[in-house]
Amino acid sequence: MIIKKGMWVQIRDTVLAAGERAPQVPDDTKKVPLLMWVKGYLCHDAQIGEACQITTVTGRVVRGVLEDVEPAYTHGFGAYVPELDAVRRQVKDILGY
Amino acid sequence: MKDNTYAAVMARKNEIMKKSVGIDYDAFESGGIAFDYEKMMAETGYTLDEVFAIQESVAVGQTPIIELKNLTALARKVSKTGQAARIFVKDEACNPSGSFKARRAACAVYHAKRMGYKGVIAATSGNYGAAVASNAAKHGLKCIVVQECYDSKKVGQPEILEKQRACEAMGAEVIQLSVGPELFYKFLMLLEETGYFNASLYTPFGIAGIETLGAEIATQFRAKFNRLPDIVLATQAGGGNVTGTARGLIKAGAGSVKVYGASVDLSGLHMASDTAFNRKSFTTGHSGFGIPFATWPDRSDVPRNAARSLRYLDRYLLVKQGEVFYITEALSALEGLERGPAGNTSVTAAFALAQEMTDDRMILVQETEYTGAGKHQMPQLSFAKANGIEVLFGDPETEIAGVNIVLPSDPSLIKARDFDLNKARKSYIKNCLNNYGYGANDKDVRGIYDADIAFLAEETKADMAFVKEVFKEIKGI
Repeated sequence: MIIKKGMWVQIRDTVLAAGERAPQVPDDTKKVPLLMWVKGYLCHDAQIGEACQITTVTGRVVRGVLEDVEPAYTHGFGAYVPELDAVRRQVKDILGY
Repeated sequence: MKDNTYAAVMARKNEIMKKSVGIDYDAFESGGIAFDYEKMMAETGYTLDEVFAIQESVAVGQTPIIELKNLTALARKVSKTGQAARIFVKDEACNPSGSFKARRAACAVYHAKRMGYKGVIAATSGNYGAAVASNAAKHGLKCIVVQECYDSKKVGQPEILEKQRACEAMGAEVIQLSVGPELFYKFLMLLEETGYFNASLYTPFGIAGIETLGAEIATQFRAKFNRLPDIVLATQAGGGNVTGTARGLIKAGAGSVKVYGASVDLSGLHMASDTAFNRKSFTTGHSGFGIPFATWPDRSDVPRNAARSLRYLDRYLLVKQGEVFYITEALSALEGLERGPAGNTSVTAAFALAQEMTDDRMILVQETEYTGAGKHQMPQLSFAKANGIEVLFGDPETEIAGVNIVLPSDPSLIKARDFDLNKARKSYIKNCLNNYGYGANDKDVRGIYDADIAFLAEETKADMAFVKEVFKEIKGI
């Protein structure tokens, strides 16, 4: 699918490859690259997974691989946590509320 | 074309920093371990009155103090003596961006505007990002926030994702990075590329911004209770919260108030580990920042960190993740006050500490933070469970960070554990010797000047005899 120029997108880029990580980094982190994600307006038509350029809200032009279009905020309140209900009941019980 | 390899950019660090904060730190250096901290604060920061005016102009500060009567009642119910000090919080969540960080950002961004910078950059995964974005929006400045956000599989804590959303909501460009201290490398390149102001958490402007918090505590307590609190508790991460609050108390003539720090105990988890990143439920206010920054403040993103917590700390307390989640839920249930878990670290320590004290004493917790999607005990605990962390009831003493979260089976099990401040002081002195050498005659402690010893005594809230004793221990001289 072609993503149109001007769309709000997220790109990914590799800042440091696995072999370029700083010496003080622990071994598990050394095995993976340092990745960066940035959002902005697509400078030209492109497909997901393709190299592209975006213009960010500060006006910078950044290159990377097109990863997402109109990325949504998906964090919320998660699953129900029964333990928290138990805490609520316990503290009220102790005070007789 | 500039050499942008890791080594080349790191080698340009001092030059980039000088340009981006507009402070010539060399002016305060002695050439040895010592530097003139107070001169740096006085010449590059703002006076307390100036900070009050700056903050008032952007509706920051003057937050209410709330007495947590039901939480105090609960502490008295479970206290061994039946007594407990009264617990109060300064409701910093009332600031425009939802945390006390608004105070730091108000000063930093005001300064950037005054100095003619077109934009500001901050490296933070905390509430400071939203605070900088909020103030940049008010001043019409561009804003970039550099955030350690995900592991290498693009999985992120709901708390961090929320903080990222808040930055974007207020107009910031957020650079989201996977785990690693090389964030600093990207940060330096961005400063160079944009010429923006480095709104570091650790400049004198940022710390001056928190001094109003300490001063307000003194003013509000005097007005309402005709006395000062016995203890002020501040959550310790980078050390700015403790430093600024204590300095503000001193400036308000309330230097007799004891200042305690508190952090969530995450010992055993490596902060730069890609695999451990999502196995912790607190992304700030924890020992993984609190202890390293106390014992080596100059690890920060400026040459000399203005946040130097060992100068001011009277005690440093550690609490467990499960205890903070418990108290956060109790705060909603008993006080009708929904606030973010990380900001409740000190409330948790206060709950335990109050039980060491009599009913007539007063403890003030100097911050709260906003809560909501992602930044709340429910998503944070369900995220932990989804990442294989066991959530159970029991004795929080058995909690192992990264393995389980132990909610206290009874509130009497909540403890504030002392981190030995002398150990921290020794560790700091050792770090100074390792970083600056041993004076004129290298490897020989006798080469250290008296000025350095006096400086280290001030830095550690100790005396010169203590510093000399530590030298003896380290070098056997």
